[in-house]
Amino acid sequence: MATLSTSFELPLRSFVLELTLDVEGTVALVGPSGAGKTSVLRAVAGLVKPAAGRIALDDDLWFDAAKGLFRKPDERRVGLVFQEYALFPHMNVRENVAYAGKSRADEYLERFRISHLAKVRPAELSGGERQRVALARALARDPGVLLLDEPLSALDANTKVAVRGELQELLREFGLPTLLVTHDYEDAASLADMVGVLVDGKLRQLAAPQELVARPADGFVASFTGANLLRGTARRREDDLTLIELEGGEVVYSTDHAEGPVGVVIYPWDVAVGLHHQVDSAMNVIEGPIRSVIHVGNRARVRIGPVTAEVTDASVERLGLTPGSTVVASFKATGTRLVPYG
Amino acid sequence: MRRRQTVIRGLLAVLFFLAIAVAMTFLVLPVIAIFTHVPPSRLLHEFSNPIVTDALVVSLKTIVISQVAILLLGTPTAYFLASRRFPGRPLVVTLVELPIVLPPAVAGIGLIVAFGRFGLLGSTFDALGIDVSFNQAAVVLAISLVAGPFYVRQAIASFEAVDRNLVAASRTLGAGSLRTFFRVTLPLARGGLTAGEAICVARGLGEFGATIMFAGSLQGHTETLPLAVYTTFEAQNGLDVALAISALLVIISLAILIALKGSGLWERSRPPVLAVARPEPD
Repeated sequence: MATLSTSFELPLRSFVLELTLDVEGTVALVGPSGAGKTSVLRAVAGLVKPAAGRIALDDDLWFDAAKGLFRKPDERRVGLVFQEYALFPHMNVRENVAYAGKSRADEYLERFRISHLAKVRPAELSGGERQRVALARALARDPGVLLLDEPLSALDANTKVAVRGELQELLREFGLPTLLVTHDYEDAASLADMVGVLVDGKLRQLAAPQELVARPADGFVASFTGANLLRGTARRREDDLTLIELEGGEVVYSTDHAEGPVGVVIYPWDVAVGLHHQVDSAMNVIEGPIRSVIHVGNRARVRIGPVTAEVTDASVERLGLTPGSTVVASFKATGTRLVPYG
Repeated sequence: MRRRQTVIRGLLAVLFFLAIAVAMTFLVLPVIAIFTHVPPSRLLHEFSNPIVTDALVVSLKTIVISQVAILLLGTPTAYFLASRRFPGRPLVVTLVELPIVLPPAVAGIGLIVAFGRFGLLGSTFDALGIDVSFNQAAVVLAISLVAGPFYVRQAIASFEAVDRNLVAASRTLGAGSLRTFFRVTLPLARGGLTAGEAICVARGLGEFGATIMFAGSLQGHTETLPLAVYTTFEAQNGLDVALAISALLVIISLAILIALKGSGLWERSRPPVLAVARPEPD
């Protein structure tokens, strides 16, 4: 797979966006609104010109301040999917897709299962359909890089879950270096191999999703990166609970219903850590050695097996939690959410 | 107490409806009078008067030429002013809009001292063999100066209303700036441009002050319909002719307005009082 390498400085209204990032596979940038996320995509696409730096796809140079080189958006092989999709309202679905690539239009309508909508104008489409058209259009341009701006935020909660699954599949299928930005950590963790946290134009941390939850660089990253997301396979049980066998072999239960491959979402502050098995209502128990203890403000992130718990510093001291010691992490089935995770 | 309130309320209601009646009568009566002052047959008869037909030909010809000029020069100007931000832009936009509020007679004087024989560019035009006073070229210039800004102003607003993300999307989809303009920007601004163009035609058809000063009023050459209304009215027994031309202009104006409203462009053609809030990219 190709690599998009970016390293640039872009002055924005209240701060300078500085980013050095190599995109291979799928990278998600998360951060609060106003962190400069969209500007990153605009800079890569050539819609704004950074003050300094360099942007290249493998050895295809798109921007190099030192050489005075700046390629226009139409001279860069980018597929940018805008937050509100930016479909042309005066063209039907087929015309929208054909705008990017005439010869590939029908193939892509077919591939994205929107052939039946070919003659429909964007205003009449549902949120999920609009997103498929936007993706089909961006990919019909035959891009070398895919850029997604808040790909799921314009969708309602029900559509979102389905579309997230489709998107995961699609990203794998096309195998393009993909940079996506979102304010939703769960979306980022479920779609990307690497997640970067962007605050006020600076990258605070870049790591695999699980690593980010387990070892947040600072308090902001800790509070922003919300949940554990574990892969597993779900099976419905007779007692109406769902049993999930995690990739590492551990078994957890959830009150959510699902079958097949799923993502298990657990918030670190919902995970309790003890030295022994407790007699309580928590159905999910994972026993193992502590892999790491990271202090964040007055709290600590403690990783046990695949899950990360958030406990107070006082508890760390009281229980003597140190890496290597064997402890028991427990959390309730009612607090264990299941999301599609192909 | 209660009775006094009722009386006051009733009185206010009467005043309210009286105000409406006066306003409506005032606005509508002059137009009705044009059609009722003489029998319709006499109006119809005057349509074949050479003064009327000559003026119609001059008006149509100069309107068509001036509109082509306004569209070809005004559209790129409007697009530039709508899509670029540069120091002094508000001043430039204000200068472009100035003729809208300028008295047409002042525009006429301005044309004379700019392009007339003894004007700023007079000698240059002379050297090039161009003569633009008291001929149809002068009529075209007068119409363009007075009516053109109506189109340009509306065109700026229409281009500004086109979602910038759509333009950006077009570029990232591989389209250059020309293809983007003709396939995305122009089609999306078309409604507003058409509305501006219609208002510009209506204003141009009625142009009087600047034309009479810069081009004069010579039948068959520079005498447009509004000028003919004035000259025939001044002439002996010319009221019938003046009324006939006026009736014609009322019908044309009404047709333009109805067409605009029917197409839904009239509402959209008003430039927004406040710029539509657009979230800045973060």
